[in-house]
Amino acid sequence: MILKANLKYNICWLILMVAGFYLMNALILVGVIDSFLENMVVTIGINIILAVGLNLVIGFAGQFSLGHAGFMAVGAYATAIMISKTPTAGAFYLSIIVGVIVAIIAALIVGFPTLRLRGDYLAIATMGAAEIIRIIINNLKITNGPSGMFNIPQFATWPVVYIMVCVTTIIIVNFIHSRGGRAALAVREDEIAAESMGINVFKWKLAAFVLGAATAAVAGSMQASYLQTIAPSNFNIMESIAILIIVVLGGVGSITGTFVAATILGVVDAALQNFGALRMVIYALVLILIMIFKPSGIMGSKELSFKRLFNRKNKKVGAKS
Amino acid sequence: MTTLLNVEDLVKNFGGLTAVSDVDMHLNDDELVALIGPNGAGKTTLFNLLTGVIVPSSGSITFRSNDGLIPLNGMKTYKIANLGMGRTFQNIRLFKELTVLDNVLIAMTANYKEGFLQSVFRSPKFYKTEARIRQDAIELLKIFGLQDDVDQLAKNLPYGIQRRLEIVRSLAMKPKILFLDEPAAGMNPEETADLTRLIRQVQRDFHITVLLIEHDMSLVMNLASRIYVLDHGSLLAEGTPTEIQQNDAVIKAYLGEEA
Repeated sequence: MILKANLKYNICWLILMVAGFYLMNALILVGVIDSFLENMVVTIGINIILAVGLNLVIGFAGQFSLGHAGFMAVGAYATAIMISKTPTAGAFYLSIIVGVIVAIIAALIVGFPTLRLRGDYLAIATMGAAEIIRIIINNLKITNGPSGMFNIPQFATWPVVYIMVCVTTIIIVNFIHSRGGRAALAVREDEIAAESMGINVFKWKLAAFVLGAATAAVAGSMQASYLQTIAPSNFNIMESIAILIIVVLGGVGSITGTFVAATILGVVDAALQNFGALRMVIYALVLILIMIFKPSGIMGSKELSFKRLFNRKNKKVGAKS
Repeated sequence: MTTLLNVEDLVKNFGGLTAVSDVDMHLNDDELVALIGPNGAGKTTLFNLLTGVIVPSSGSITFRSNDGLIPLNGMKTYKIANLGMGRTFQNIRLFKELTVLDNVLIAMTANYKEGFLQSVFRSPKFYKTEARIRQDAIELLKIFGLQDDVDQLAKNLPYGIQRRLEIVRSLAMKPKILFLDEPAAGMNPEETADLTRLIRQVQRDFHITVLLIEHDMSLVMNLASRIYVLDHGSLLAEGTPTEIQQNDAVIKAYLGEEA
């Protein structure tokens, strides 16, 4: 009974994902989506991977991290170095895994001392940690220092990015709706109460932080191989803030909101390409307006849920008959 | 009757202030004990010491578990909780933005396992585990008449129900000792009577030891088999309700010196 009911919702999600894939495919075949728009869609996809992971850390575990770009850099350089040496698809997928593992190790090293801090202190400490990662990359030979890496082979085409968006989102959403996710929510709500309910607060904070870092590394791998060129300056504090903006704009604690915000910002950004210097002004105005009229973000903490949609429909049918 | 929790010479200093000094107490299996005292006597501090929220300056707390005696001094709060100590808070600390069901499920975290891969890739076992613990949580909520509020956010519940949910949440941990910090605070006489019945029922049905801080003397005298009186951080008296009611030192502490 329970399995069947859940199967229905899972199939709905699957249909949605497959439909999205074929819609995109069809639009490219027909020529509606040219290379400029494809670039926009892939950028949106990469931003979604990043922001969903950060939303797990900030919105669900309640830890204000400002170091997301650092973990992204780890993934990006793992992929760039590996596939520059051996440009095969196998090496590409292996490099994603290597990036994730290195990012997990980095997140553990960063998380152990910093996650004992709270709020602003944590934000500053994680920001510093991300800068350390960036400066290490800046000074290594293997990463080609501040000038960055070029002509990275392109394995991350839009279908690869699309699948990665789906996979990382499924992992994070499923984590949120499980034992660990509930423990993380308890930590966000009230640490003392969570601790008194037998929850190892530090462990679950760290788990959410590490999972967020792992997905950021995946996004980094995608970016390196899609754009084919990376430099340490791509992963500075402004990148972390750009991801934070998506999370806050969509709604802290809403994965659906993150999708919506990443899409809106991606489209606005692309549409303003021709406005030159005015672009950042308009971009900032959009942000200010949304924050004034919807301070909790576009979606607040609401989520798109097939379960709720079905229940609502059933209620309506029930009311009519 | 065996001693479940034993406290010896417990001291807590905050800088120059001694909040709890030389407290000796013990809790036996399956009994209901009350801790009373004037405001600022150190009752909540003592609770926080026993549950590990704050670390004692000196003295010892030992807990008798199935594997022998365990010293609790300096042990992490969550570990103490998982040994079987549930608690509620004086100023309600529910997970306000979460549903009633989630509040209870969270307290069960230590009682079941779900592997990371299992929950992320949704194996059939995951659904079975989830269904089972949900069922357990709902059963528990039913006992307290909260089964219709499972999907409500905790912050939207009326005050009395929130207090009740906090008790349910701490019971979900399957505790051996339940610490209740002023469960009747802010309740009217009718609600208090209701709560008195509930606490007695919980203590009897779940066979747990309850330590209760309360100012409402009707509740304390009705429920407790033993009472500890705390004043200025030290133990003033210990005894049955009748003994405490006739104890001169206690009367003095509550009403002041006779004129």
